[in-house]
Amino acid sequence: MSRLQAGRRHPVRFSLNGKPCTGEAEPRLLLTDFLRHQIGMTGTHVGCEHGVCGACTVSIDGSPARACLTLAAQVDGCEVRTVESLAPSAGRLGILQAAFKRNHALQCGFCTAGILMSLDCLLRDHPRPDEATIRDFLSGHLCRCTGYAPIIRAALEAAAEMAGDVSRETTHA
Amino acid sequence: MADAAGHLLDHHEAGSTWVGKSIPRVEDASLLSGRGRFIDDLGVRPGTLHAAILRSPHAHADIVSIDISAAKQSPGVVAVLTGEDVTSLTTSLVVGVKAPVECWPIAVGRVRYVGEPVAVIVATDRYLAEDAADLIDVQYRPRPVVCDPLAALSPDAPVLHDGFKGNVASDRTFRYGDPEQAFASAAHRISIDIRYPRNSCTPIETYGVVADYDAGEDAYDVLSNFQGPFSIHAVLSRALRVPGNRLRLRTPPDSGGSFGVKQGVFPYIVLIAAAARAADRPVKWIEDRLEHLTASVSATNRATTLSAAVSDDGRILALDWDQVEDCGAHLRAPEPATLYRMHGNLTGAYDIRHLKVRNRVVVTNKTPTGLNRGFGGPQVYFALERLVQRIAVELNLDPLDVIRRNLVAAGAFPYRTASGALLDSGDYQEAIRRGVVEGGLAALKARRDAARAQGRLYGIGYTAVVEPSVSNMGYITTVLTPAERRKAGPKNGAQATATISIDPVGSVSVHVSSVPQGQGHRTVLSQVVADVFGLTPSDIRVNTELDTTKDAWSIASGNYASRFAPAVAGTAKLAAERIAQRLACIAASQLNTEVDDIAFVAGHVGSKRNPDNKVSFSRLAGLSHWSPGALPDGVGQTIRETVFWTPPELTAPDDADHINSSLCHGFIFDFCGVEIDRVTLQTRIDRYVTMHDCGTILHPAMVDGQIRGGFAQALGAALYEEFAYAPDGSFLTGTFADYLLPTTMEVPDPLILHMQTPSPFTPLGAKGVGEGNCMSTPVCIANAVADALATKDIDLPLVPAKLADIVRGAEPAPPAGRAADTKRTGDRSLRGEGQATVAASAERVWAMLLDPATLQAVIPGCHHVEKLSDTHFRAEVTLGIGPVKGRYRAEVRLSDLDPPHAVTLGGSAEGGLGFGGGEGRITLAPTASGGTSIHYVYEAAIGGKVASIGGRLLDGAARVIIGQFFASLARQAGGAAPNRSRGSFVAKLRRLFGGGR
Repeated sequence: MSRLQAGRRHPVRFSLNGKPCTGEAEPRLLLTDFLRHQIGMTGTHVGCEHGVCGACTVSIDGSPARACLTLAAQVDGCEVRTVESLAPSAGRLGILQAAFKRNHALQCGFCTAGILMSLDCLLRDHPRPDEATIRDFLSGHLCRCTGYAPIIRAALEAAAEMAGDVSRETTHA
Repeated sequence: MADAAGHLLDHHEAGSTWVGKSIPRVEDASLLSGRGRFIDDLGVRPGTLHAAILRSPHAHADIVSIDISAAKQSPGVVAVLTGEDVTSLTTSLVVGVKAPVECWPIAVGRVRYVGEPVAVIVATDRYLAEDAADLIDVQYRPRPVVCDPLAALSPDAPVLHDGFKGNVASDRTFRYGDPEQAFASAAHRISIDIRYPRNSCTPIETYGVVADYDAGEDAYDVLSNFQGPFSIHAVLSRALRVPGNRLRLRTPPDSGGSFGVKQGVFPYIVLIAAAARAADRPVKWIEDRLEHLTASVSATNRATTLSAAVSDDGRILALDWDQVEDCGAHLRAPEPATLYRMHGNLTGAYDIRHLKVRNRVVVTNKTPTGLNRGFGGPQVYFALERLVQRIAVELNLDPLDVIRRNLVAAGAFPYRTASGALLDSGDYQEAIRRGVVEGGLAALKARRDAARAQGRLYGIGYTAVVEPSVSNMGYITTVLTPAERRKAGPKNGAQATATISIDPVGSVSVHVSSVPQGQGHRTVLSQVVADVFGLTPSDIRVNTELDTTKDAWSIASGNYASRFAPAVAGTAKLAAERIAQRLACIAASQLNTEVDDIAFVAGHVGSKRNPDNKVSFSRLAGLSHWSPGALPDGVGQTIRETVFWTPPELTAPDDADHINSSLCHGFIFDFCGVEIDRVTLQTRIDRYVTMHDCGTILHPAMVDGQIRGGFAQALGAALYEEFAYAPDGSFLTGTFADYLLPTTMEVPDPLILHMQTPSPFTPLGAKGVGEGNCMSTPVCIANAVADALATKDIDLPLVPAKLADIVRGAEPAPPAGRAADTKRTGDRSLRGEGQATVAASAERVWAMLLDPATLQAVIPGCHHVEKLSDTHFRAEVTLGIGPVKGRYRAEVRLSDLDPPHAVTLGGSAEGGLGFGGGEGRITLAPTASGGTSIHYVYEAAIGGKVASIGGRLLDGAARVIIGQFFASLARQAGGAAPNRSRGSFVAKLRRLFGGGR
């Protein structure tokens, strides 16, 4: 990576949810602040800014990553996906989102974006995870409302549906 | 949305109600798609500034000086406020007891806890504000510190506030029945001493405030994720020196959890509002996680001695409570409410007629306390239910028998407790019977017996608790004497509000001031109102944002004390029924029938006798807009109805200090089986059963969601979480790597059971359910662990280190010749020693150690060294420890000089990230090869931010930095690499920190 000068804004060109996106960032600007306050994508939340709570999890080049521990400049040239990418269209929910709604797997919804992004990455790589795998994968997320059980249930249901074990009608938001 | 509703309708049988069904939540779609509207997601006015807060690294110190000149010159900075500025713009926050004590949202002259705001920096963006915060130079003069509530009572304890007697903010005694007689005549007196720790339910969204001041109207406009109670609005407007109608307080549409905690944002509302006034621009502040853990708010920690007068068969005849409540450094509103919330319920689920209470409230050098899920319940039930378990053990009875023997009788409701609570309804015996059967207690006992037969550590715990909900706004005045109360005027009740509006096309909107933080209030209200009007939930739009200038609200508004289902949802029902009653009159006149014959069914209003005689709801409902003249006489409008509802049962405390502290009382019976690993001493929950009677259930999935969520938080409180303080008041748990919240790997799914005994006092028969497991679960787990280990003294959190002391006894002394490792709690001083060999004479090394130029070259991260005298140096250094890197100003003094053999270095360092002090002795000895062997020992203590977030790394980091110092001294002298007494460990750490080359 070329050397970036502190205090100056540098162009960041990347793919955001499948579309080209350009912004400018000082080297020290966090990806969370960049996405939320410059690009205006506020679905990615900030819970701890030290990489433990997982609320800010996004997908960078297909892998889950903490946006609060990533500098905006680091995603130059990368493919970034956020929670805003999960719904197939406005007013509809994706399989995973619908499973969360059905199972009451969220209450305040603040940690949810990060959990959805982690699960989205997991299910792309491992279509049929068992409960132990899901619990292990989600151990990097803190949820204070649900006690986790409905989240695990929703993830298992979504995995089964994606793997073709169950089929459901399209779910409207 | 319409399609989803249609789908729903298919499953809705005619004549059934929406209330009681687990319909999908209206809140979810936007939250799942990243379209939530939390405070930091909302746009702000152009020109809005951003605040950062400089906080105290000391637990107790005088502020000698604050130099903000460099910060004011920093790029982007518009204003810097210190305590002096804030006191000139605002008035002290009110204190909950009668005492000449001030309570400011920022330190004024003195800091009293780590994390107390010292300055507010307002700049064009948050990054620049934080840059400027680093440039503020604060000189502190540390004072002695007191962190322990019992130590704070001692006559020689350091005193925090001059207006209190010592550190005691309140000391009240209460007597109900004849406790002395009961204790004198009882067969047994059984006691327990409890230390309940500090913890917090810790929402994932932190505090946020956006404040604006209009000088022309002398009015504030504040947006904050405050959760209520809105009694605090009066505190805020008074502090901001405006009448209430000039403080517009608004809440955002979504809030990322609160669990009580977001009540504690209110001092920051004052602070940021003052900053907006000073800067003459809107100011926004979003708290960061370190700020939140260190200085937002926490539950109280409490020291309790509880004694029971007990008969031979385990019947409890009297209780004697002695509670010492630690509210931290300031008594902020509504404290000391944590101590009094349970005052009517000090006898729990039991029929105990004689009661003695001593309640003391103390201040200590810790973060001020406030609302936290369970609010007083965990502290009370931990003592009471541990005592019940001890009674069983000491009298050789079955603990469940002792619980059963003392329960309030099923036929006794409504039951008035000794201290004045009116338990509304219940059948505790039946709840326990069902819990035992449906929860499989017999099988669990068999598991325990089998495990024990194999030598495993397995125990079963029980708890029975009464879960109070809908607080009486007057309970807090129980802290005052009857005479003080008479002077202050009566306080009581719990005004809930709901507004139903109907627009010209007959669509229905609901507004309540319940300020949800994720509980799904909008969904439940749509069910409640749909049932009244014969509509579907998707026909109803619910708004729960609160704007104090436009909406109906009262001091009781807000989201606390589990008041939504019993009070707010019921009030919405009453408001809908009032409009429905008028609509029925209009319909009766239009359909030529009587009002009694009118029914609201499937979107129509019609005759019960002749269902074809009907009119559409929307047409009828819109009439008040289109044709008020066509309405029958005396009906009035059907456009908008606001109902205020307060239960008559919530009366003020009487002259004998009886207080019905809450309106509703649910019942919970929990039992669990735990196993403690003999090697790791980790506690595993094998099975957890929780039986609830919360009255009528409005939405079963949400009730279970509340129970599961509360259970998970309680599990954290039982096993992992504690806000830890060092004896010097340093805060040690400033990250989620230090303050451990349970994850998917730790939280089991409890078996949740229900029975429903409706409350006779609430419109829907519902009782609160949100807080119960935070009260019942910590002590249930503790009782199980006590059973497993056959021990009396159990302190939360039940971390393996504490259990190790119980199972294996205290740690043996280290073998001779080895220094004990630094203890992690209690003593945070860093000690170490090492040795380095330098290829230069002792005289040359000696000269180097006293030469500023050499020191500048060899001290890691040194910017410059200034020699103030032969034995006094000043240095500017940048040091990184773990995630924290910062600039420090160090003063070093040399003493006990024995040239060229030995010298003692004493020093202190202070910077934005913390402070430290220490002393080291260096001895020089010639080696056989003509070089010098340098031996050093040191002892240091470190506090402030670096202790909060880098605590686990301090030992290693100190060794590395000191090792680096001697390594570069050796290089500078042209010598060999030093060898250290703990070579391999230090080498590893050095690789980790990348130092030493």
